[in-house]
Amino acid sequence: MRPNDRKYTKSHEWVMIDGDVAKIGITDFAVNELCNGNEGDLVYCDLPDVGRLVDAGETFGEIESVKAVADLNTPVGGEILEINSEIEEHLQVLFTDPWKGGWMIKVKVSDAKVVEDLMDAGAYEEHIAAAEH
Amino acid sequence: MKRTALHDQHVALDAKMVDFGGWRMPVQYGSILDEAKRVREQVGLFDLGHMGRVRITGPDAVALCDRVCTNHVAKIPVGAIRYSLFCKEDGFPIDDLLVYKDEHEVFLVINASNTAVDLEWLNQHSAGFDAEVIDETDLTSMLAVQGPNSLELMDRLIEGDAIRELKYYRSTFVDAFGLENIRVSRTGYTGENGFELYLPLDEGPRVWEHLLQGGADAGLAPIGLGARDSLRLEAGMPLYGHEIDEQHDPIAADLEFGIALTEAKGDFIGRSALEHMKANRTHKVVGLVTDGPRVPRQGQGVYDTSLAVGTIASGAKSTTLSKNIATAHVPLEYAEPGTQLDVDFRGKRQAATVTELPFYSRTRKKKSS
Repeated sequence: MRPNDRKYTKSHEWVMIDGDVAKIGITDFAVNELCNGNEGDLVYCDLPDVGRLVDAGETFGEIESVKAVADLNTPVGGEILEINSEIEEHLQVLFTDPWKGGWMIKVKVSDAKVVEDLMDAGAYEEHIAAAEH
Repeated sequence: MKRTALHDQHVALDAKMVDFGGWRMPVQYGSILDEAKRVREQVGLFDLGHMGRVRITGPDAVALCDRVCTNHVAKIPVGAIRYSLFCKEDGFPIDDLLVYKDEHEVFLVINASNTAVDLEWLNQHSAGFDAEVIDETDLTSMLAVQGPNSLELMDRLIEGDAIRELKYYRSTFVDAFGLENIRVSRTGYTGENGFELYLPLDEGPRVWEHLLQGGADAGLAPIGLGARDSLRLEAGMPLYGHEIDEQHDPIAADLEFGIALTEAKGDFIGRSALEHMKANRTHKVVGLVTDGPRVPRQGQGVYDTSLAVGTIASGAKSTTLSKNIATAHVPLEYAEPGTQLDVDFRGKRQAATVTELPFYSRTRKKKSS
């Protein structure tokens, strides 16, 4: 079971709300889809500039493996407060620790209520089970 | 989606399966980078069941092939193999292929994604020729063994001297794996020494397992299409739909070795257009080596500062060179090795240097341009 202290999107991002700050990352499933279990096949992660304003649903970056590029979408709108620069140096953190050390951006949320419509861990499990078939 | 005879083997090996050219194919079994490395340093096994395999028989088999192929099929010695293209009248290709010249017929290996189009093209142009076009794709399995250990391995697994005596770009028929008269050829799409086996469809899985067991000590392991693509790109080999297609001509891609514009060849579909292209060349497919971690992808723009000058055709992370590499279509004035260009990654630029193709040569011998 994936952590239930956060919400999940259909495009495999997770978002964790703390007051008016949302921390956003991608799930282990998303990472595996890109690198098929081989962390060395991840090559690049493009994160936005701090201070940029994003809308809910907007693409804020890209993650790239040897064979594929995937968009990173934010489920919440607001101002980018911080990015995880650790990822640039050590992409494998996305593989080894997607839930904590692999967070990507922190957003000052303009409307935190949008996360209420997102999936909890149980619903996300079902979403993945459906995607695998 | 069609499945090759090896489908269950791939699934049992936990391969990541993708749709490619109308087929469910393994893109990787493990790490793409590790698989590419294995083919460069040891030996790899490929399921190529998706490739189109067509036999042309009858008294006019060679004549029909010389009408539709750009290479001179009548001139190919029996037992030899040549690269060729099918071009339209406008000189742009509908596919590229290998032509196997047999004693009484011609055998063609074509791209999976173009097989239906090619068969229609062949049948459409066979009127007036006493020749029959026989699609054997669904009747046969095709495996490839590629890598520096392939010669020793195949020689050990196939009795007699056939493998040792088989020269590069030649094919022969052998008795092996309990089967009679199976076709084996020595070509490849990786830049390494390697062999192809053509088997009755249902024998594919058994021979696949036999090779994996017999080849384990030589380092043989299955290799997916992901590594195959980066290996062929390192070796400077074109892929239809990337370096060449109905908008990108084979002259710009330096494929003249597959185009016979000699008097003896006579007329063929696309000849006059290709002659015109050759005399009025404007573009070239160049190699690019990029700085930075990002892998160039087909369709990305290539720039000279702010000026858009070309488009990426193929890109890969090269394990052999430890760099990101690409091919791009650019005007001739940007084709000189050493030219500095930029590749656009959705608005972010990465510097790239024009590099002579191929990026990698097993014999370290550079093609003269």
